[in-house]
Order: sequence, then structure tokens, then C-alpha cells
Amino acid sequence: MDEYRLKITDMTKTFPGVKALDNVQLLVKPGTVHALIGENGAGKSTLMKCIFGIYKPDSGTIEIDGEKVEINDPHEALVKGISMIHQELNPIPYRNVSDNIWAGRFATKGIVIDETQMRQKTEELLRDLEFDIPANTLAKNLSVSQLQAVEIAKAVTYNSRIIIMDEPTSSLTMAETEHLFKIIRRLRDKGVSIIYISHKLEEVFEIADEISVMRDGKYIGKWETNEINMDGLIAQMVGRSMSERFPENEHVMTNETVLKVDNYTSADPHSFKNISFTLHKGEILGIGGLVGAQRTELVESIFGLRKIISGELELNGRKIKIVSPRDAIKHKFALLTEERRATGIIPMLSIVDNTLAAGYEELANNRFGYVDYKKMVPEVKKVCGELDVKTPSLQQQIKFLSGGNQQKVLFCRWLLMDCQIMILDEPTRGIDVAAKYEIYKIMRDLAKKGTSIIMVSSEMPELIGMSDNILVMCEGRLTGSLNGKEATQIEIMKYATSYSKKEGEETA
Amino acid sequence: MMKKHSASDIKKILIDKSLIIALLIMIIAIIIISPSFLQWRVVTDIMTQSAVKMICALGLMFPLLIGGTDLAGGRQVGLAAVVVASLTQAVDYSNRFWPNLPKLPIVVPVIITIVLVAIIGFANGMMVSRLKMAPFIATYGMSTIVYGINCLYFAKKPNNSQPIGGIRSDLRFLSSYKLFGQINLLVVIAIGMLVVVWFVLNKTVFGRDIYIVGGNPDAAKVSGINVNRIIVSVFVIESCLVGLAGIMEVARTGGANSSYGSAYEFDAISSCVVGGVSLSGGVGKVSGAFIGVIIFTFISYGLAFIGINANWQLIIKGAIICSAVALDMRKNISK
Repeated sequence: MDEYRLKITDMTKTFPGVKALDNVQLLVKPGTVHALIGENGAGKSTLMKCIFGIYKPDSGTIEIDGEKVEINDPHEALVKGISMIHQELNPIPYRNVSDNIWAGRFATKGIVIDETQMRQKTEELLRDLEFDIPANTLAKNLSVSQLQAVEIAKAVTYNSRIIIMDEPTSSLTMAETEHLFKIIRRLRDKGVSIIYISHKLEEVFEIADEISVMRDGKYIGKWETNEINMDGLIAQMVGRSMSERFPENEHVMTNETVLKVDNYTSADPHSFKNISFTLHKGEILGIGGLVGAQRTELVESIFGLRKIISGELELNGRKIKIVSPRDAIKHKFALLTEERRATGIIPMLSIVDNTLAAGYEELANNRFGYVDYKKMVPEVKKVCGELDVKTPSLQQQIKFLSGGNQQKVLFCRWLLMDCQIMILDEPTRGIDVAAKYEIYKIMRDLAKKGTSIIMVSSEMPELIGMSDNILVMCEGRLTGSLNGKEATQIEIMKYATSYSKKEGEETA
Repeated sequence: MMKKHSASDIKKILIDKSLIIALLIMIIAIIIISPSFLQWRVVTDIMTQSAVKMICALGLMFPLLIGGTDLAGGRQVGLAAVVVASLTQAVDYSNRFWPNLPKLPIVVPVIITIVLVAIIGFANGMMVSRLKMAPFIATYGMSTIVYGINCLYFAKKPNNSQPIGGIRSDLRFLSSYKLFGQINLLVVIAIGMLVVVWFVLNKTVFGRDIYIVGGNPDAAKVSGINVNRIIVSVFVIESCLVGLAGIMEVARTGGANSSYGSAYEFDAISSCVVGGVSLSGGVGKVSGAFIGVIIFTFISYGLAFIGINANWQLIIKGAIICSAVALDMRKNISK
């Protein structure tokens, strides 16, 4: 038997414009728990998807127990002994637990499905794993943690040699996490290798035998758990120097409070709770945290896209209510959403129409719904010129622009509306480095003009480089508040991983 | 397991089942207005009228279960009817479609017809699976093609688009023979198919795979289910069933013309949806399709029975369909 259960060498994967994996390696020994950690966007999930056959790597080899394999789709991965518990659970909602576990491998008696045998096997399996879930419940009626349990049970039934777990505890309580760890240890002792991806470093230290770190699509290194401590690990995860990537902060922030968010709690019980903060004129307020920290949910609730059950907003000292984006726009709020393609740009329409999208009613000086382009185009031209949108023509369909230029057009959309509070959700995601600088510059200029900015970002250098103040969220709670000048990545990371759900707390 | 339902549970059940409840009330109202409705002849009439529709509904249920549809369903009924009718005319009939055709064993025209529609189903399946076309528009295109082919064939000399008649008695036997002097063989076939489809969907791996592909195609793929093969099979089976419906239609009416089967797919889809088959795929029972078909026949028969104007019948039928879809969507919203 080979020394390694799984051996990845020189794996590279490029997406248009991004090198997601850059000559990555990974060595996992049999019967160990191997943690894979790194910041958001470090390439962990991409690597796992390459191993599981969801993505096809550009180059690189996969060896299982010394045997070189090629994996073209998830089913091949399963057959070759690799199973994966995905971060986003993907149940078949209207089928029961038993069907969800055995899909594709139903037990039969002749041509008939052997329900009794399947039921028995499922019940045995669930009992063996100590999951208290009835085998005939429909998947749609299960809680998230129960679904997670079903996924784990399913992975076990494949008798896999390698089980990949991508953030398996993101929706589990402490007790459930302990239970999962018990199962993981049992599998490990049976010789199964487990690749464990998590942001929760405490967990990693508790469960992992070895830890690999990735950063910016590169493989940084591997440590045995007792070789390294938490601070050392965080340093390896973030370890890059802050270069001249950000325009200088002229600190135009004033003491004048513009917006006060008081005790905001989402209507969704799994989302954010009791969030309060203030935003000042000319401030850039960063909101940091990991995926699942509910930051997008928070800012979209402020903008009226999502429902809250309690909380108050105070704008310039006056209480206001925002229940829909129309309200928010009326109060001079703007939102650049996280998913630029899905909820930002309207790909088929021209730059002019994309710029005017939020403001036809207010701006077009329309009578009977007539849009006076003659009057509007010069204004679009002016604002697009100010932000230096690079395009051959304003009539160009926006889908042909680069990510950075699309984002600029979206800025133009809100500038035309004369917005006072700008909410930016991952404003530089999927944008190349040069364009990022331009976006940062626009943000600084806006702040200088007195616009207040809330910026959700998962990139820590961006948070530190741009923000006057930084709020850190973890699992729907505000866990830290830092001064942008003094904040360090290690501190942010600490707050971003600091909250654990208490025993018995709602998770379902 | 006994569980006490809370008030909101009961409310939810009432809303989800409101359509069925409303329709039952309508049926009861019809019976109260006209007690003579309750007689054996009405029951056999409704069964006979439902038979062909039942086969169509069972057929359309297959693409619905994978979240698809087949707008060519009705036109395939029409093509099957014309083809089978043209091949089963009595040898001594004066206006024969194929004047020199010898008397074929009855299975030959039936097999030719079924193979023909199965090819159409295969094409539908390939468009939806391999070419990733939206079922709605792919099958609409197919419906136009099928109708065109049907009209070309129907206009062939010497028929010149004349209705086809003179169907042999061994095909008409299906509707003329009465089991126990009461139930005709079309009803027997429909019941038989109900059982077969129920068995396939509930008891076989293939049937279970259909539900899984419809409920979550990605999960199906990861589980090693050949999603494309399932999609193609679903369309082929559906075509065979609507083809059978076309043959039964000829047996029932004793003739055929190219407009046979027009819009049957919509009636079938409506029946399925009223019976709880979800348009989004993955959800639906054979018993639901059965109830849907029976309710529609019952109501149109009943409304006519108590003398409601035919135009009003259309309005009521339309309202039922809209409410059924609204309820289906409601399930998805609350998810």
C-alpha cells in the first residue's frame, strides 16, 4: 500500500481571468483527518471540486493509494471511493430519507424495489450512526442539521476511502458538532481518510491530524496539528504583505452621524440578530466575516430587500422605515449587490439603460411614461466619463464590458440618483487588480464628497486598506468592532471565528 | 404515529385541499339539483368518457414528473388516430384510404402506430436531454411538425382530407363489447394502464429515478443516475401512451380525421395538476391523475346534465385550472 491515500500533484485550474489553483499539491495519509484551511477564495473548494469531478483541472494528477486515476464526473468519484459532503446541501425535497440515501443504488427484488430491505438498511445505518431521524420523513421536512446527518450517512454507505467534508459544521450546534466528530473519529479509525474544510480553527485543532493551508490559489504548506498553534496558522493563512494596493486614506470621515441601525434582527431565525451600529458622514464602514456570517442578509435587510422582525433605522436623526427597495431609494440609499451578474447588471441592455435602470421614474422627466433619452444620455455620458467607464459606445450591451467596467456602470446608476448612503456588497469580487484600484479610488472620492459607504468584504486586506471602521460578524452576530487604522488580519480572523452557537440554540 | 394537528396545520391542509373540496361541493350540488344524476348509466358514461382522457393524463404525467411537458401530446393522439384508422378500414368499405390494402392482422396497424409515435417521443426526449431545449418550446415545435405530417398524410390521394370511416369491427370491438353488459373494453384498458403505470412509478427503480430526476436533477446526476436516458425514456413512454389513446379514440368514434386529439395535452396536464402533480417536477401520484380526470369528466358531464350553458362550462373549467396552478405554486412559495 502506498504511503498516501490521496496524492494531488501540480494541479492547476484557471477560470476566465483568475488562476483559481496554481500548481497545488495535497498529500493525505490513510486513516487521518486532514484539515484544509484558507481564506475565502483561497481555492479550497475549487480543489475539492476538481477532486470530486465537478470541475476539470487544466493540469495535474490525482493518485489514490498509489494508483493514478482520472475523475470526470461526481459519479466516477463515488465509484473510485471518494465521497463529498457539500457545503450547500442538495436534497431531493419530496422524497424520504431512505430514497435520498440510496438514490441510484436502490435495492431490488426482481424488477421491484425492495422497500423493506431499504427501510431496514436505512434504519440500521441511522441507528449505527446514532442519528435520530425516521427513515420515512420527506427531506423537505428535515432541519438543516438533519439534512447534514443524512448526507453524512449517505457518504458512509459508499464505503468511501476518502470523504471530503466542506464546512460540515456550519449549521450544527456544539452538541451536533461533537456527534459529528465522534463519527469522524470512528471512520478514521476504520482507515478512512477525511479531508475536512473549515473556517473554525478551534474545530480544526480538535479534530485534525494534519493541516494544509492554501492562500490565493497556492498551496502554502502542511503541518501536523501539534507542530503549529493558532496564531501561527492564521499568519500562514493571511500571510501577505500590504502593498500599495489601496489609494491613501485621507480620513474625510466626520463625526456627524448619518445612519443609526438599532437592534436589527432578521425575520429569518437563522440569520442575523441584534445588530446595531452607526455610520458617519464620509465614513467607509467595512463589514468583515466569513461566508455564512449573514453580512449580505444584513445589508440587504437595511435596503428593504429582506424582512426584519425588529429593529429601527435613524437617518439624519429622524426615524425612518424601509420595507422595500423603493423606500430605500427614496431615502437616498444605494446597493451594489454581491452577485453583479445575477442582480446587478441587465446584460442585454445598453450601458445607458443600465445606468438609468433605477431612475427612469425620477430622472427621465417623463410624461406619460415617455423616457426622454435626448435629455438623459448627456447625463449618463457625464457620469460615465467621471468614473472613466471604458467602452466604445454607451449603446454597447453591458455584457460585453469587463467586470470592473460593469461595476463602474453600477456606481454610475446610483450616482445619478444622488445617493447619500452607498452599500457595497463585495464590490471588487471577480475584478482584476488594476480595476480594483479604480473602484477603490471611486469609493474614496465618494467619501470625500460626503457619501457614507458600507462595504461588505471577505477580503481582509481590502477591509483594512479601505475602511475607517470595521465591524466583524460571525454567524449572524456582531462579534467585533475595530478601528480601520489599527485592525490586523489576525484580529479580524479571530472575531470572525469567535462565535459558536450555544447548546440548544435554534439551528433548524 | 399520532400527532395532534394545530389550528394552523388544519388551515394549511384546508387551503391545500381547497380545490378538491370545492369540486366535491360542486358535485354534491349537482346531485342535489338533479337527483337523477345518481344512476348507473351516468357512472358508465363517465367511465367511458374518461377512458381516453385517462390514458392521455397518465402519459402526460411522465414529462410533468421530470418538470417537463409535452405540447405535442394531442397532435400525437391525432396522428395515431389517422394512421391506425387508415390501416384498419374494412376491405369492403367504399372510400378506402389505401384501396389495395389487404386485411392486416389487427396487431400490425397497432404496432406501426405505436412505433411511429415512439419515434416522435424519442425526438422530443433528445431535444430536451441532449440539446437542453426547454420542453415547452421544443415540444410545441414538435406539435406543429406532427400536425403538418398528419395533414399531409390525411390529404393523400385518394383520401383528399376526407374523414376516415369504415373501421373494422375487430377494432371497434373495444368500445362495442360490454363486459358484464355494462363496462366497455376502453375502460378496462384504462384501468389496466392505471395499474401498470402505478406499478412502474412506485415499484421499479426506473419509476423512482423519474421522481429523483424531477425532484433534483443535480442530485440525480451525482448519484449516478443517467439523467438523459431517463428523460428520453419518459418522452418515449408518454408518446406510446398518447398513441394508444389515439387508437382508442378511433375505436370509440369509429373514424378519424386530422383534427383528432387537438388540445388533448392541455386537458391531460390540467387533470394532472388538479390531481396534485406538480408542474415543477418530482411530485405527483397516479391516484392524483386519476382523480383529476374523473373530476373534470364529472363536472363537465354534470354541468351539462343540469343544463348549464356550454360557454359557462368553459369558464368554470378554466377557473378550476387556474386555481389548481395557483395552489401548486403556493406549495413552492412556502418552501
